[in-house]
Amino acid sequence: MKRFLIPLAIFFVLVLFLAVGLRLDPRQVPSPLIDKPAPPFTLPQLDDPQRQFSQKDMLGKVWMLNVWASWCVSCREEHPVLVELSKKSIVPIYGLNYKDERKDALAWLGKLGNPYALSIMDADGRIGIDYGVYGVPETYVIDKQGVIRYKQIGPVTPEILDAKILPLVKKLQG
Amino acid sequence: MKRRVLTLLAALLVAAAAPLHAKEAVPAADDPVAERRAVALEEGLRCLVCQNQTIAESRADLAMDLKKEIREQIKAGKSDDEIIQFMVARYGDFVLYKPPFKATTALLWAGPFALLIGGVIVLFVYLRRRRTRVAQGALSNEQRARAEALLDANEDRA
Repeated sequence: MKRFLIPLAIFFVLVLFLAVGLRLDPRQVPSPLIDKPAPPFTLPQLDDPQRQFSQKDMLGKVWMLNVWASWCVSCREEHPVLVELSKKSIVPIYGLNYKDERKDALAWLGKLGNPYALSIMDADGRIGIDYGVYGVPETYVIDKQGVIRYKQIGPVTPEILDAKILPLVKKLQG
Repeated sequence: MKRRVLTLLAALLVAAAAPLHAKEAVPAADDPVAERRAVALEEGLRCLVCQNQTIAESRADLAMDLKKEIREQIKAGKSDDEIIQFMVARYGDFVLYKPPFKATTALLWAGPFALLIGGVIVLFVYLRRRRTRVAQGALSNEQRARAEALLDANEDRA
């Protein structure tokens, strides 16, 4: 009997590792940008490309930067959550329109509603690289000092909003 | 018919032998040395969109952008280390196919060796125990006689 005990124990340990491994999402790569200053940018605004917007304009405020595109399917899924959040005016959401056509982006916002205080255009994806974007949508919470405090890869869901993002925003606004 | 199949096979073989990193959308650097450096760098970097491919292999949009970025940085005179630092600062150690040895990656690097050493110890202990068991398990003369009798009886029946 005892001779089966050890292999059985090893087997269960392996099962445990496998179970944990299956629950991990390989897409959730920890971002090295957390607790680092938000990479600088100055980009044309979507509504009015003559005007520019920079991350410096937001110093002193807690804000969210949401990377989106009209070609991105998960953004469509996430969009109502952001629209709902913007109505509560808890935290301003700024959009980084990533590798998109201006015409498509405007049509998309026209159809689905615009939760953004404003959107900026990163047509060639250069700023996306600086922010380590690899799976749109991505959302950053940036504090008053302009430091990234949280990064959400993939759509923001009501659960994530309630459990992680909003408590953090409250704390940062403190 | 047979000939056509052969041609097709030959074509397939040639395709398989061709380098796996197609770079059609990214203009190759003019300088072949720079191009070789760019490809070497790309082969060490993971494409985060299709995680089990290198940037060199991947045709994802992001991989294309990063290839362009690498070539521009080489042109701007950046060293390989600087370019790798650039990538790690944005995408983390996960972007490297050969991550550095540090606290968070210690298990990754040392794990297989720890398992190997553990396995060798288990094997060693097992072999030693078996040797003593075999030594203890020697048969007495009566037992041997009985065993032989049983074996003989068996053979007769066959």
